[in-house]
Amino acid sequence: MSNVVEMKNITKIFPGVIANDDIDFNLKKGEIHVLLGENGAGKTTLMNILYGLYRPTSGSIFINGEKTIIKDPNTAIEKGIGMVHQHFMLVQTFTVAENIVLGREPQKGLSIDMEVANAKVREISEKFGLKVNPEAKVMDLSVGIQQRVEILKALYRGAEILILDEPTAVLTPQEIEELGVIMKNLVAEGKSIILITHKLKEVMSISDRVTVIRRGKFIDTISTQDTDTDHLAELMVGRKVNLTVDKQTKEFTGNKVLEIKDLHVLDNRFLEAVKGISFNVNEGEIFALAGVDGNGQSQLIEAITGLRKIKSGMVFINGEDVTKYSSRKIIEQGVGHIPEDRQKRGLVLDHDLAENMILGYHYKEPFTKKLMMNYSEIHKHAKRLIKEFDVRTPSENVTAHSLSGGNQQKAIVAREFHKDLKVLIAAQPTRGLDVGSIEFVHKKIVEARNNGTAVLLVSLELDEVLALADRIGVIYDGRIVGSLDAKDADEKKLGIMMAGGTINKVEGGEDI
Amino acid sequence: MKGEKLIKKIWNSMKFPLIAIVLGFLVGAIFIIASDNSPIVAYQALFQGSLSSFSSFGETLYKTTPILFTGLAIAVAFRTGLFNIGAEGQYIVGAISAVAAGWYFQGLPHLPLIIAIVISGALAGALWASIAGFLKAKIGVHEVITTIMLNYTALHLSNYIAKAVLNPQVLEGTEKKAHTVSLTDAGKLTKLNEIIPQFEYSSAHTGIFIALAMVFVIYILLFKTSIGYELRSVGKNPDAAEYGGINKTKNIIISMAISGSLAGMAGAVQVAGLLYKVSQTPNMPGYGFDGIAVALVGQNHPIGIIFSALLFGILSNGSRKMQIAGIPKEIIGIIQGVIIVFVAADQMSKILEKRKKAKIKPKEGDEK
Ligand SMILES: Nc1ncnc2c1ncn2[C@@H]1O[C@H](COP(=O)(O)OP(=O)(O)OP(=O)(O)O)[C@@H](O)[C@H]1O
Ligand SMILES: [Mg+2]
Repeated sequence: MSNVVEMKNITKIFPGVIANDDIDFNLKKGEIHVLLGENGAGKTTLMNILYGLYRPTSGSIFINGEKTIIKDPNTAIEKGIGMVHQHFMLVQTFTVAENIVLGREPQKGLSIDMEVANAKVREISEKFGLKVNPEAKVMDLSVGIQQRVEILKALYRGAEILILDEPTAVLTPQEIEELGVIMKNLVAEGKSIILITHKLKEVMSISDRVTVIRRGKFIDTISTQDTDTDHLAELMVGRKVNLTVDKQTKEFTGNKVLEIKDLHVLDNRFLEAVKGISFNVNEGEIFALAGVDGNGQSQLIEAITGLRKIKSGMVFINGEDVTKYSSRKIIEQGVGHIPEDRQKRGLVLDHDLAENMILGYHYKEPFTKKLMMNYSEIHKHAKRLIKEFDVRTPSENVTAHSLSGGNQQKAIVAREFHKDLKVLIAAQPTRGLDVGSIEFVHKKIVEARNNGTAVLLVSLELDEVLALADRIGVIYDGRIVGSLDAKDADEKKLGIMMAGGTINKVEGGEDI
Repeated sequence: MKGEKLIKKIWNSMKFPLIAIVLGFLVGAIFIIASDNSPIVAYQALFQGSLSSFSSFGETLYKTTPILFTGLAIAVAFRTGLFNIGAEGQYIVGAISAVAAGWYFQGLPHLPLIIAIVISGALAGALWASIAGFLKAKIGVHEVITTIMLNYTALHLSNYIAKAVLNPQVLEGTEKKAHTVSLTDAGKLTKLNEIIPQFEYSSAHTGIFIALAMVFVIYILLFKTSIGYELRSVGKNPDAAEYGGINKTKNIIISMAISGSLAGMAGAVQVAGLLYKVSQTPNMPGYGFDGIAVALVGQNHPIGIIFSALLFGILSNGSRKMQIAGIPKEIIGIIQGVIIVFVAADQMSKILEKRKKAKIKPKEGDEK
């Protein structure tokens, strides 16, 4: 089979880092090729080079055997390369079709011929089984569907080679499966796909070949059938990785640390997103909220952490009524918060890493004394955390912007774990992390639990929920529709409850 | 290594304003040629007229002083993500309360009186700007709208006070004047020519030192204190700031108050340094708007603002000399305009690019 893409000896140097160090990569026609590597290994950089967002420091690129200089994304698109970024670029108030044809609209006189646009989008959508309604408004679509719109956009522009950068990080298990089917359809039609993901199971089930890079260097390209998850993990991290979490069962004191009572919270459109939720998290316990994205989790967390107004109901921390507390006062109760959206809430991207790593306790000693900030302490602190949490960065002086996605996440995790935690609210704590880092963060969460922290874990990943939780609640449509002990839970039961069904029904043998 | 980085960082942030300035002068030269004059003669007049002697440099310093204050004022607000168009109004209330303080505390000796005058200007400006800050923080009314309205309110208020409250007729029983009472000698800032005689007849006064001191204070405030950390965080990412326990409402009000106090000080220092009184006028003083340009060209950085204020001081002082050399004074306006347009376009494109990058490549952006 012929190579549609050949990248030879690609090197990319950023100030202080060699992001890509003499990497070779090739993509065969009709294959799904996974690019695997730790956080900061240089995957996104390599793909940004292929898509014309960066120019390589040295090295050459061949598209369909022809040496090509890709100077910008327009050149890439001309050459049949399409890229779906982890952060979408859709205009929320436009329809699907309007978004897709944006910049390349079919004209009717001076105006856009929306009928032609709709028809064309529908045709591509049907051809590859994407099932997207071209006339729907983007803001009404789930994340999973928005991602398909991005894929459609690339296809509409004539992409033969598709780059998907961590597409599954934001998807539910169901959506991941559907995306898998879509990718199979695409390659069946002769497209070729480069997929970046950290989920090894996915790699095994969907890809034809895997290329592993580590710290910017090419390690190996192997056929998926010749490998397994353990081997892949070892290749990318350079050591054996323990893919299961060590967690001793333990006795709980039964001290309620976090108590939520009949909470009602509105979303941005003033609709009730949390419709009367009550639960407790005990000292030294991990309580996980499982659920499909968009069922009120975000609003619930924001309400608890003082970032969103509570309509009614109460929140207690160690018996203290904190319902009306500001976010600072809540932090001062010993609450750590790993936010679900690291770029929106977790970091000031334009500030340097050192300044980011004190956010939330920046006004306390030793970082601030009588209003004056002590930058040598701040930098010492950042250096310590960078080392302890293995944040891959040239130094603490670079902006948070310049870190890879996973390393941004690690920086936040490090900052929050530095607090003296009574309560930890962790929303998607391992989103975008590599297996080694997931192992590490899971260990940290369990450690905190063992030391008595009450942990509220909100995760879309059932694996994570099952691995970490002591108790599990399932959230659906703003309510907790069921809660069970972790030892009684399995993926199937949770899956049914997450879709709004009840276990009793299943056991009664009824159809859902 | 670190020093090298610093130099690179400084160069990177100065590159564009410098290019803009060169372009401004080039475009200016084209217009000078078009008006049948020699750009060499014109620019010689400009720079000689503003820099060649103590007295011409003194005149430049005097022009630089108020816009150094207002440039800082705009920058502080910018850093918190606020656009303070109201420096005009804050300057006006600062000026009128300087006169009031000068009258009320007139028994005081020189230094305490000067301090009272400057502080009262600062407080008045802070208060005036806080109105807009408060409305923005609590009700969400955009600061651009409120500050523009407050500019006109300030102008009319000042005219009324000059006419009916601080008028010599009211306070000293003389006949009605179109201006307020004047500051007593103890309330006047020292002229530089009293310290260094070479400054001769230039209007330069010690206000420039107060302005430079404020540059230092604002630099420390923004980059070395937790107040500045919070202001900058709110400016760069209000959602993350909120998450970090930073009170957005409070910081918006603080930022506007600090900004307003600087603009108010501009008014007070202008009164104490040169005008000594406030006249009734239908016109805005203009220093507030110049401050926007100064802040833009100075990249909202206190140190950058020293240089950009000086540049605008040179242009405004040198323009008279150019006029004397027979070159239309509008040329200076053109040069200023070109510089501002280019710097503003650069900032706009940075903002747009950042928006785009934030979505398509989340990690780029260290190249500023
Ligand atoms: N614009 C940039 N400026 C400076 N350094 C950068 C920039 N972009 C990336 N880097 C650095 O290059 C290295 C590789 O980053 P890249 O984003 O390619 O990693 P990645 O493999 O995609 O990681 P992740 O799995 O966390 O997304 C990192 O060390 C990062 O800090
Ligand atoms: Mg990446």
